[in-house]
Amino acid sequence: MDPISDQNWLLSLGTFLPLAGVLVMLLIPKKEELLHKQIALVTALGTLGVGIATLAAFDYDQSARLQFFVDTEWISVINSGYTVGLDGISLPMYFLSMVITVLVMIYSWNHIPSPGNPKAFLILMLVLQTGMAGTFIAQDLILFFVFFEVVLLPMYFMIGVWGGEQRQYASLKFFLYTMFGSALMLVAFLALYYKTGAESFSIPYLITEGINIDKDVAMWIFAGMFIGFAVKVPMFPFHTWLPDAHTQAPTQGSVILAAILLKLGTYGFIRIAIPVLPQAAVEWAPVIGVLAVIGIIYGALGCLAQTDMKRLIAFSSVAHMGFVMLGISTLTEMGINAALFGMVAHGLITGMLFFCAGSIKERYHTLEIKRLSGLLVQMPKLGWILGFCAMASLGLPGLAGFWGEFPAILSAYQPAPQLDVTLFRTLMVIAALGTVLAAAYLLWLYQRTAFGEPNPEFTGHGHAHSVGAAGNDEHHDDLHDVNVYEWVAWTPLLIAIVVFGVYPQLMFDVMDPAVTELVKVFHQ
Amino acid sequence: MLAHVNDSAGWFLEHAWLIPVVPVIGFVVIILFGKRMPMKGSEVGIASMVGALVLSIGTAYQWIQRVDAAHGGHDEGSAIARGIAGFGRSLSAAASGEESTYVAPVIKSWTWWQSGGLEFGLGQHIDGLAVMMLILVAFISVLVQIFSLEYVRGDRRYTHFFAALTLFSGGMLTMVLAENMVQLILGWELMGLCSFMLIGHWWEDKANSRAALKAFFTVRVGDVGLLVGTAIVFFGANAFAVDNFGSNGFSIQAINAWAMSGEASHDVLLWGSVALFIACIGKSGQFPLHTWLPDAMAGPTPVSSLLHSSTMVVAGVFLVARVYPVFWEGLSIPGSSVNFIVLIGGITTLIAAFLAFVQNDIKKVLAYSTVSQLGLMMMGLGAGAWIAAVFHIFTHAFFKCCLFLCAGSVAHSGSHHSFDMKKDMGGLRKAMPVTFACWMIATAALTGFPFLAGFWSKDEIIATVGKNGYDVFFYLGFVSAFLTAAYMTRATYLTFFGTPRGAAAGEHHGDEHGEEHEQADDEAHVDALVHAGAHATAGHDAHDAHGHALAHDAHGHDAHDAHDAHDAHGHDDHHGAHHGPHESGKLLLVPICILAFLSIVAGFLQAPAFGESFEKLKLWVEPTTAPIATDDLLVGGFGQSVAVAPRAAAEGEKVCGYVAPSPGQACIFPAVTHPPFSWAKAGVATIIVFAAYAISFALCSLVYGTRRNKLQGLTGRNKLLGAGHRFLVNKYYLDDLYEKVVVRAVAYPISQAAYWINQRVLDGTVDAVGKGGRRTGEWIYRYVDQGAIDGLAVNGSGKAASGTGGALRPLQSGKVNQYGALLFGAAALGALVLVIVNI
Repeated sequence: MDPISDQNWLLSLGTFLPLAGVLVMLLIPKKEELLHKQIALVTALGTLGVGIATLAAFDYDQSARLQFFVDTEWISVINSGYTVGLDGISLPMYFLSMVITVLVMIYSWNHIPSPGNPKAFLILMLVLQTGMAGTFIAQDLILFFVFFEVVLLPMYFMIGVWGGEQRQYASLKFFLYTMFGSALMLVAFLALYYKTGAESFSIPYLITEGINIDKDVAMWIFAGMFIGFAVKVPMFPFHTWLPDAHTQAPTQGSVILAAILLKLGTYGFIRIAIPVLPQAAVEWAPVIGVLAVIGIIYGALGCLAQTDMKRLIAFSSVAHMGFVMLGISTLTEMGINAALFGMVAHGLITGMLFFCAGSIKERYHTLEIKRLSGLLVQMPKLGWILGFCAMASLGLPGLAGFWGEFPAILSAYQPAPQLDVTLFRTLMVIAALGTVLAAAYLLWLYQRTAFGEPNPEFTGHGHAHSVGAAGNDEHHDDLHDVNVYEWVAWTPLLIAIVVFGVYPQLMFDVMDPAVTELVKVFHQ
Repeated sequence: MLAHVNDSAGWFLEHAWLIPVVPVIGFVVIILFGKRMPMKGSEVGIASMVGALVLSIGTAYQWIQRVDAAHGGHDEGSAIARGIAGFGRSLSAAASGEESTYVAPVIKSWTWWQSGGLEFGLGQHIDGLAVMMLILVAFISVLVQIFSLEYVRGDRRYTHFFAALTLFSGGMLTMVLAENMVQLILGWELMGLCSFMLIGHWWEDKANSRAALKAFFTVRVGDVGLLVGTAIVFFGANAFAVDNFGSNGFSIQAINAWAMSGEASHDVLLWGSVALFIACIGKSGQFPLHTWLPDAMAGPTPVSSLLHSSTMVVAGVFLVARVYPVFWEGLSIPGSSVNFIVLIGGITTLIAAFLAFVQNDIKKVLAYSTVSQLGLMMMGLGAGAWIAAVFHIFTHAFFKCCLFLCAGSVAHSGSHHSFDMKKDMGGLRKAMPVTFACWMIATAALTGFPFLAGFWSKDEIIATVGKNGYDVFFYLGFVSAFLTAAYMTRATYLTFFGTPRGAAAGEHHGDEHGEEHEQADDEAHVDALVHAGAHATAGHDAHDAHGHALAHDAHGHDAHDAHDAHDAHGHDDHHGAHHGPHESGKLLLVPICILAFLSIVAGFLQAPAFGESFEKLKLWVEPTTAPIATDDLLVGGFGQSVAVAPRAAAEGEKVCGYVAPSPGQACIFPAVTHPPFSWAKAGVATIIVFAAYAISFALCSLVYGTRRNKLQGLTGRNKLLGAGHRFLVNKYYLDDLYEKVVVRAVAYPISQAAYWINQRVLDGTVDAVGKGGRRTGEWIYRYVDQGAIDGLAVNGSGKAASGTGGALRPLQSGKVNQYGALLFGAAALGALVLVIVNI
């Protein structure tokens, strides 16, 4: 379908506006912490404003077509252009990245992790925002690759500088692992470029040309992209960087990582790998499906073995992304719709879970499940929010998580006609069993942390009557319930989880036409 | 949004979808503002349930008119009815025999989500079954909430309790009028959530949170079947639904029509029905997933009564009844003598009845009784006794709810918050005459005392099962009836007859509460909190902000403390002047009396012994069993009701469920059979029941009575009996199997093994690669880089890289640039090779 080029400055503005803020902040000395926070927040809000304008200007009747389309010369030596556009597939993630950045900024207002230095921290976050948004609008492989890599560095520094005790190991692992994937991905991109006649890196162009590539070659090219994206998702067995990165990252890093960064991988599959190389996708789909389901069960088992709350949430991402990948591997409308919905839902829900974990850590200085108990007694509001997120995460209908999980499981019953039905039905049943395990680890976590009596360690003197006086106890000053900054940062996420859960059509309506267009090739 | 429909089916029928919306809004209001309200949110809960009830009654009224109008279009009564209901269309003059008259369900649907251009809806499917359930759920919910006003007064989470209770009913109502399977799942899971919140209401105690977890988790195991079954049915029915009805494979109407169309593959139906029934096994507490139900007694008593009568556990039975054609065809219900559902139902009804004999906790007796009755309903459904099973849902709700509330009343006022029949009850009939009378009525109704509610529904199930050729289960039904009468007699004896013991005798025994009495202790929290509350207002206003924590910590730390504290403060001052057992207050007794009354009369809705005018339920609830023109089933687009005037279907033989409908016609319900009422069978059943009363009462007075005799302690002396008793007390060791073997294995060794693989194998590989890479890097750096290329272009770019990274250098290893460059270079080299080779 032909792209629409109206108001084509919107995307570039939305993507690069954060860099303007960065420039300003670079000129201001480090000591002006408040000013930095203000500038960063204003920039992020401005970006979100552009995002809202984009939402308003988007033509929802044409969501299968690329809109705000720009195609100009960029690196003409290799025929790579500055090609950007937005359709129903990328719009939700593009907008989500802007929302998450703003919320994380708000949360950072009084939660700058040690060793401080808001200037550097916030600059990195803004750069990150540009990278994330750019990845979702790029319609040129080189441009995509550049944005994809731009994301890497700020996150590396975020973990490596502001992270936990083992931040160096975690950040290095994160960086190298992703780099390794990216390298293979670049190889694949280059191969794709040459095999389609070295004409262009433009994705729309490659979609029309990619189908002519020899199947054997296509298989190898897909393999390269597969590893690149699978590391980012992360899919079993390329996931081992994730628990470390998540556990060590500061709260803000974890939230962004979970909400947006993981989706760059799944997005890559949907945007590039599958449409450009459909014939290879059909061959690879069973592999993806099997690995996805292994990830679901394996991630859940990993969760059950955890003693640290944040690490548990990190492992749950492996399981949840398994559902997303299962949906993608079916190569059907329902599966890919589910995957796209699941990406957003997981972003909202797991992002919220990491926020909760961060706030619990801030108050108790530990996330060891054994030591946490009676959260509902000491901080009823935080306890309720945690319970809400746990319920959303285990896929309760009426909350957003369900719409990523249920249609994904459903779609595996009847995958694309080229795929083996028996295999996918087996996968469906196993994936459905994964929902039981999800309930198990989330509720078990909740039972251990939120129910019961508070650990005497955190109640002052362990004496029953002292809780009333805990507020006066200096050692427990930080045992307060959800504060204003947290409310402001969290409320939009909580509302979104309910709204998308109750009325999922809001998102399906946008995505479905684009997805239908995408999978047409498998019905021919 | 709501398109105006010309020939409206009546306002209430058209707007039945509001019924679940009201409680859901009520829930939100209570959660947000409940604490600041004068009655702490309970008023909103009750108001929203009353609202739902009013809407349900309106819906039922108009539905009945719709049915009557369809059946006798020309007689005066229904002409008036038509006028009131607002039917616009005159009826076919050819209205023939009652059985073949089609009363169109009022179906509406709005787009909820879409995929591949196909829009899936959220809406309502109002037919007789839905109407019956709506009334039932709304009505029971109102009574239970009124009961709760007094029962949980002073609870530390009073507001949350009402919020969860309201949402619970909202979930069930959502499910009951679901237009499609996804909506059904929505209601189904909402109930699961609320049961979790309510069973674990006193979550400070680990036993309660465990019970809540167990309930949610066990049901969730069954839910795998729901997901899989929905998928199977959806893809099976979708093409048919799109082609013929313009709807989709989630639509319940379309699924039913598809299942009976003869076009569906038997294998698909078989697997679909088995998968769906697995979900029902979990939800409706069928063997072998029934173990969560008795544990769920950890919740407050009103929760138990709601959960066991009209919501939650009935959901599974309702699901089978709702998409009955799928089971009918998939399991070949007509013409077989045993199938999956009958078998599970039969086993359940027996094993649960046996378990009820060894319970000392009055609520657990009732819980097993529920399991047993649910088994009976399932058995009925499996054997083709659709209307009988649905009728049993209806009657069972009244008397079981009544029994639970009586148990609550006993604990509240008679046994000092203990549910232990052996320790704290006995002889209560004198102290609590009203509770006793209601209990007796409800027990009689449950056990099938002639002409009370249970008599009609249970007999009809047994009779139909027998008529349909399920002989084994026919006799099994009688056995079940015998057992039910016997264990209820035992419970009655222990509670209300004999000599008062423990609290019932006015003793206070805070020190007697052993491990097995968690239940009782939990209930004590309620009471303790009254004190805590009073305490707080008296002197601790300053601590309002910590109200929760304070109230809780002061008295709830340990059930024993609570009890002791309680005794020290003097318990009777807030219970009136009585010391020891006394009758409950009006707020508790009124709902109980209403339910007892209904336990007497509800059966006459379907009492075939007295002729056709006493078979109203069948008339109102059972869908037509004759083929209908497909055009009449068409869904009129989204947001619109079907708006088909009731009309007579083509005259002819009842083919549905036996012969595929002819082209252009569809069936929505199989031609289930109805045995004529037989006084002989009913007489046999009655004799069995009376025999059970007599035998059980005699045994009880011997075993539990004061006079010494040989029967006492028999299980201790006789090895065989002792082993049997232990086997029952340990609940057939199923819990041990699940908790100690399955759950523990997954939670510990298996997950640990997976994690070990993760850390040692997968991550070990990564680390090894990393280390190897570093060594290679060091080697290259030392011998190649420093030795050979140093000073070339690398240096320049390296400088630039270290310049940017410089600011952060002290905080990071600094080596990353090298690794990155190395990997990247290698990859670029690889790319080049690949490109060259391929070209």
